[in-house]
Amino acid sequence: MSAAVARPVDPLPLPATVGARPVERLLEVGLLLAAVFSIFVTAGIVYVLVYDSILFFRQPQVTVREFLTGREWTPLFEPQQFGIMPLVSGTLVTTAVALVVAMPVGTIIAIWLSEFAPHRVRESVKPVLELLSAVPTVVYGYFAISFVGPGLQSIFPGLPAFNMLIAGLVMGVMIVPYVSSLSEDAMRAVPMILREGSYAMGANRLTTALRVVFPAAISGIAAAYTLAMSRAVGETMIVAIAAGGKPNLTIDPTEAAATITAYIVQVSQGDLPHRSVGYESIFAAGLTLFVMTLGFNLLGAFLRRRFRQVY
Amino acid sequence: MDDLHTIIRRGQLWDRAFRWTGAGLTVLCLGVLALLLGDLVYEGARRLDWSFITNYPSYRPERAGILSPLVGSLLVMIVTGLTAVPLGIAAGVYLEEYARKNWFTTIIEINISNLAGVPSIIYGLMALGLLVYQFRLGTSILTGGLTLAMLILPIVIVATREALRAIPQYIREAAYALGATRWQVVSNHLLPYSMGGIATGVIIALSRAIGETAPLVTIGALTYIAFLPPAPFSVTREGASVGPTEWLMSPFTVLPIQMFNWVSRAGTDFAAHAAATGIVLMAITLTMNAVAIAVRYRVRRRIKW
Repeated sequence: MSAAVARPVDPLPLPATVGARPVERLLEVGLLLAAVFSIFVTAGIVYVLVYDSILFFRQPQVTVREFLTGREWTPLFEPQQFGIMPLVSGTLVTTAVALVVAMPVGTIIAIWLSEFAPHRVRESVKPVLELLSAVPTVVYGYFAISFVGPGLQSIFPGLPAFNMLIAGLVMGVMIVPYVSSLSEDAMRAVPMILREGSYAMGANRLTTALRVVFPAAISGIAAAYTLAMSRAVGETMIVAIAAGGKPNLTIDPTEAAATITAYIVQVSQGDLPHRSVGYESIFAAGLTLFVMTLGFNLLGAFLRRRFRQVY
Repeated sequence: MDDLHTIIRRGQLWDRAFRWTGAGLTVLCLGVLALLLGDLVYEGARRLDWSFITNYPSYRPERAGILSPLVGSLLVMIVTGLTAVPLGIAAGVYLEEYARKNWFTTIIEINISNLAGVPSIIYGLMALGLLVYQFRLGTSILTGGLTLAMLILPIVIVATREALRAIPQYIREAAYALGATRWQVVSNHLLPYSMGGIATGVIIALSRAIGETAPLVTIGALTYIAFLPPAPFSVTREGASVGPTEWLMSPFTVLPIQMFNWVSRAGTDFAAHAAATGIVLMAITLTMNAVAIAVRYRVRRRIKW
């Protein structure tokens, strides 16, 4: 009886791998550095854009006031004018056209895929639809001027060969999958119970989709919209090829105009001397674009958090 | 007051109408994709032959080909892949498996999701200011590859994290219970199991990079290149021997830039060249996407946790 109290077993000698091996620490630091690298990328972007924009505004012929309010953008010709508004208007008009196409189409497809389509159809249609956003944008640009442009011109004979409508329409097709895939994911995440509740009350599919599932998924859908918006604002090759490329302060999509991105591409193709006004101007334009997309991205993150439903 | 049957019938009618609208719009979008491919093939197929692949770009349309942009795209992709894939996987592993939840990792996460939304041309401007002029790398294959690597880094990181998150917690717990260290858990268990998901993300990211035009135009990639970068360990015509990394510093062009250049000369004999280049680009993109879909499908089939 005296040996009733079992002596604790000596622990096995721990293998050498346990504990703070220096190699382990080293690996962790290495992985951390890789994660921190992404911050360097952002810092690099902000540094370059801000630094060169400051140099741009230091040029004697440029003023911040003219940049923000001027109605002409001709940095490369005499008389030089530095009002960014024509580029911003071109960017916003092409974006608006693209969203008018992509938001309703993408949303309807998303609702259909999530609430109506059979499982097999959804699984096969979704990746094929996503190919639309995988097509290189230069190919879309070619498609816009070789097919869509002439097609629209045969319907509306007065249309110029290059205009924002053509660019916006094609861009809209390109961003449909961003809207449809993300919205579909969001709606599929809505628990079945909510739908069953709705059906039990006698609602039909469409009513359930629009009144129950859609509102429940609104945070994800709003995030999809803002992503589509920032894609459209930053899209380059389609507008550089199809929108006409001449800065033009207008809200009429049937006119030719240049976007911020198209201007940057146009200038980069020429041989501009380093540190000239033209060279610095693309960074000021880039900073404007960066601020716009950052705004959309933050809005998207905010919406996601604001309207997130916890089930 | 409608009777119940009318209400039900009206609901069914709406359902059916929406079903057709949704299916119709989906078919319409896929139809646009088909039109785009058809247009490319219609305009470009007659130009697409072996000499198109093996000739250099030229100002004479009948002799122009895509050899140098094809090789350029390949070399740039090698640099991009070798940089973005290890960096992206490492960052993903850190954030998913090592990082404690604190303000610092939160900043990194917000930063990565913001980077994913930055337009590609902004990366081009950053590379122009930083890589080309500050680090003096010039408009080289190295600069091009690094630019695209930074561009696709967020995609690789997100794919890695999602693949890791799909692995159930008990796999980690079992390994730790047997005394494995964190790195052993990661390298012996988590990475092998998540390889499929990571590979899908990497392929998608690379196929995105191969189609990118804007950032490479911005850093000043050339449009007409009638030579190839020096092959490693070869000897130049002047008799100098070439080191293993000299190709990194060569000027380059890529397929999308070549296509853009030809598109800009619309209405000339080069229109067909643009379409033919588009066919090659689409073939590459579609192949990579098909591989990615196949990998994803196989992984989903094989693994049952």
